[in-house]
Amino acid sequence: MKRRFLPYLLIAPLLLIELLAIILPSILNVGYAFTDWNGLGEPVFTGLDNLRTLVSDRVFWISIKHNVQWTIFFLTVPIAMALIGATIASRLGRRQMLFRIIFFVPYVVAPAVNAEIWRYILNPQTGIGAVLERNFGWEWANIAFFSNSDWVLWSIANVDNWHWWGFLLVLYLSAMQSIPPELFDAARVDGANRRQEFLHVILPGIRPTLVYTLVLSMTASFLIFDYVWILTEGGPAHASEVLGSFMYKQAFYRYNVGYASAIALGMTALAAAFSLTFPVLRKRGWDI
Amino acid sequence: MSTITTHSTSGAARSKLKGPGVFSYSIMLALAFYAAAPLVVLFLNSLKSTEEASTNSFGLPQSVNWSNYIDAWRIGGFSTTLLNSTILVALSVAGVLVVSFLAAYGLARYTPRGHDFFLTYLLVGSTIPVQLYLIPLFVFLTRNELMDNLFVLSVLYVAKFAPFATFLLRAFLLGISSDFEDAARVDGASEFQVLRKIVVPLLAPAIMTVGLVTGLQVWNEFTLAVTLIQSEELKPVSTSLFAFQQRHGTDWGLTNAGAVITVLPVIILFLLLQRRFIEGLTQGGSKG
Repeated sequence: MKRRFLPYLLIAPLLLIELLAIILPSILNVGYAFTDWNGLGEPVFTGLDNLRTLVSDRVFWISIKHNVQWTIFFLTVPIAMALIGATIASRLGRRQMLFRIIFFVPYVVAPAVNAEIWRYILNPQTGIGAVLERNFGWEWANIAFFSNSDWVLWSIANVDNWHWWGFLLVLYLSAMQSIPPELFDAARVDGANRRQEFLHVILPGIRPTLVYTLVLSMTASFLIFDYVWILTEGGPAHASEVLGSFMYKQAFYRYNVGYASAIALGMTALAAAFSLTFPVLRKRGWDI
Repeated sequence: MSTITTHSTSGAARSKLKGPGVFSYSIMLALAFYAAAPLVVLFLNSLKSTEEASTNSFGLPQSVNWSNYIDAWRIGGFSTTLLNSTILVALSVAGVLVVSFLAAYGLARYTPRGHDFFLTYLLVGSTIPVQLYLIPLFVFLTRNELMDNLFVLSVLYVAKFAPFATFLLRAFLLGISSDFEDAARVDGASEFQVLRKIVVPLLAPAIMTVGLVTGLQVWNEFTLAVTLIQSEELKPVSTSLFAFQQRHGTDWGLTNAGAVITVLPVIILFLLLQRRFIEGLTQGGSKG
């Protein structure tokens, strides 16, 4: 008799804490999204008003555009760097251990520290641009990366990428090492060159890992907040505004709690939709 | 089966046949430079006076200024913020380990009714974005005067990081036969004794991995900490460094020293235990 309840007793603490700290607040957020509320007083149900305001809000569309650009960046740059690095590292034998550590270190660095590093390196008074201007007179190379509206989003993406791509590299490297060596031998016997080996042995061999990282990159790109907040808070003049910073300002600076909840719900829906792309395509018979 | 295994050669042996050429090696070194140089720049600049950091950007310091560290430590209140982070990490790791271990044990050894539902939640639950529950949490905690409370924040961290930990521990438990536990029961051991004397020691490596990964994630966490801890005396390093940067802008010697103080414990621990860190994070790391 005791045995029947024991497993539930064991799971209960986890379930309780998830319910109180995550599930219940998430459900409340869905409710808030359909209200007009400043966080004090009582929320007023307004139906789809927040949604209507949202689709006519200029800043919302600017943010969406930046999230899409961010997604494109993270689906290409870090993944290409990691694939190239991992392919070479997989041929290095025991020396790859040292490289693996070097590439992985930035992943354990806290966002504020990471931001501190690049705030200096990309600073127009002290950074790379300043050095190029000082030593070679290349004025054009000295860009105020974090306050120039054409560069700011990509500059923040570079900061995030610096700490992210090495993590991908290590993931790909472990996946490559579990490809059966006979496949490489067979490709070599067939006279495959490096490019063919990459396309026909390595890429198919790491496909599950690759798909996983593509999905992760897409969903995370719609949720990005910390790096943008630390470096620019979405500025200058919304030039690096993303849904995360837009929502944060609406919630905690302007006290539009209902509206901010609607943005939060929208972000989550977008991220969830992208995380479903691959399972859906696979169900439809795509070979991925 | 045996024919396959006898033909396989290790990755190391394969690389002897076909090592990377000069071109590949230069790409590798360039990538390693991109990963490592920013950290070296941070460290070198933390030793320069602010005047020198403004003119000598990437060179060695002309005179070594350890005083930056003393100033940053005092002005940035690091004795307080490092203690706050340590408290958060200790409470959260302890909480995650207890809660996840119990749940993992219940799920792996008893397969209770609703087992599949719990597993699905663990997978989905660990991907629910913090933005979806941040606003309701903020409202609730403000109304109940639970803001600026390290204990409350660590409970939230337990909720955020326990699903993955449970999943990992459960997988590990499924790989261990329950024969030892049954034998102990036959000898008259109580359930509690079985857990303490048999299961925990067998699980020690997985517990260590989960502890390290959780500790790192808590140390670096930004969004919840910056929203729910506003008192300077209670901020952890991850957000107090951000406030420190905002106050001291381009006082580079000071802010760079502060960043090194924040990241040094993590990097030392990572270098000492890199195998376990990489193993744990590649299984449960998220896109930060």
